[in-house]
Amino acid sequence: MRIVVCLKRVPDTESVIRLTPDGTTIERGDLNYIINPYDEYALEAALQLKEAEGGEVVLLCAGEAEADSTLRKGLAMGADEAVLLQVPQELRDPWSTARLLADWLRAHPADLILAGKQGVDYDHGAVPGMLAELLGLPSATAICALERVADGVRVEREVEAGRERIRLPLPCVLSADKGLNEPRYASLKGIMMAKKKPLEVLESQATAEAEAGRLALPPARPAGRVIGEGAQAAGELLRLLKEEARVL
Amino acid sequence: MNIVCLIEQTGGLERGSAREALGLARRLADAAGGQVTGLVLGSLRDPATLGAWGADRVVELPALDGPGSSDAWSAGLADALDPLAPDLILLSASATGRELGPRLAARLGTGLVAECTELAWQDGQWLATRPIFAGKVLVTAPVNTKPALVSLRAKVFAVQEGGPAARVEQASLAGREMKAVVEEILAAAGGKLDLSEADIIVSGGRGVGGPEGFAPLEELAAKLGAAVGASRAAVDAGWRPHSQQVGQTGRVVNPTLYIACGISGAIQHLAGMKNSRYIVAINKDPEAPIFKLADYGIVGDLFEVVPALSRALS
Repeated sequence: MRIVVCLKRVPDTESVIRLTPDGTTIERGDLNYIINPYDEYALEAALQLKEAEGGEVVLLCAGEAEADSTLRKGLAMGADEAVLLQVPQELRDPWSTARLLADWLRAHPADLILAGKQGVDYDHGAVPGMLAELLGLPSATAICALERVADGVRVEREVEAGRERIRLPLPCVLSADKGLNEPRYASLKGIMMAKKKPLEVLESQATAEAEAGRLALPPARPAGRVIGEGAQAAGELLRLLKEEARVL
Repeated sequence: MNIVCLIEQTGGLERGSAREALGLARRLADAAGGQVTGLVLGSLRDPATLGAWGADRVVELPALDGPGSSDAWSAGLADALDPLAPDLILLSASATGRELGPRLAARLGTGLVAECTELAWQDGQWLATRPIFAGKVLVTAPVNTKPALVSLRAKVFAVQEGGPAARVEQASLAGREMKAVVEEILAAAGGKLDLSEADIIVSGGRGVGGPEGFAPLEELAAKLGAAVGASRAAVDAGWRPHSQQVGQTGRVVNPTLYIACGISGAIQHLAGMKNSRYIVAINKDPEAPIFKLADYGIVGDLFEVVPALSRALS
């Protein structure tokens, strides 16, 4: 089975995000970058499928030149090869990203396409579904369980009423939620081997189509207030919630 | 101006998030001059009552009453939308909306503004605001596609009531092959309240100490009609399921009241809950960062404070 996993390079979730003075983008200088956490669940699922039935795992990333280090981390976890669709500037528009990825995938068809349910940077959660529609494939979003069945896969996803169980034929597109699995750490051997694995860089002139817009920090909350200590403050808290906040 | 709201329903009753979309659509239609159509994913017991929430017209799609299939539905919805000539399509950023929205966006070739928290008609264009980096930053950008496709974050937009009954129509859809098919929906245990729909959330972190430590939080939540949430530390330790995680790699929530118990306030957690209207923090450590944004903080042992709250509510 040939599995393509879409990876994205994103700032660490513990980062404090600052804006450039003109408010068009974020200050990127001192940020620490990681593999998008949801993409790690997608990659782990791909590696488990490969271990169970053989095949290959290809990493696919649309990003700037620096994303090659993110792909090396994915190769160190166990992927076989990686492709970077290198764009001059970060694509902040999922529709532009999805079309770029779809162009490559049409020329290099996969049995299964996996991705994280959303990038923890721009939070659109749109690329996997768009990709599926562009490729004419079935899809399931934010899956938390995955099982291989005779002619396809069976997955589960959290919905408001509980969990949906969905059956899909292959090929299909699946996006991963936390809880799908526990991503492995790269071993020392994996890190050494990753340096020799193929990483193809294809330059693209794709740019974001949607307007980037203006960024702003959300309004600050009023400074916090400590109303008391210990169990004896419980009564005062309930009084404030009823009479001041009026939420009870 | 034609505004179409996709109306999700459960058992023939529209979901609350659909009413929120209708409320926004009504205000926009009144401001910009236009009409609001509710396009139902299935059929409703009493479709004309959607008028009360803001719809001028309701179009039901009985073909979608059966099992869900995102590939067949996105194609069917695109067909059903075409004769409605929408300028703006609103859907909910719900589990269904997250599944259908991106597919529909690609089908219509429009792109998607996901998880919008503000939408205005200004100088002849849509101006949409949405949180990024889990709410650490807000971005406001014009939406220049026609139609504009926008999904709305739950519990942000006000519902409004009191409109006249809506006209009701039904549309049929061409039969389609369903590739991905929902086989069944496994109901949540004990009618668990979903975090994104809860007005009150009682949340626990590392300070809860273990899975059994959540018992007093569960008791308080039951008294308040609240949902129970957890920090990443509590979820990664295996004390709670990931579906209850609040934060940047969990749910981003905005309840009326968020009660953080034994949660210190890591950046990635604050990103997921700081838009709550009121925040209560209960923590032993007076230096915990959570106290900087708690409207009401209590310094103390959660195992004393939380049961005291439950007792006072009895």
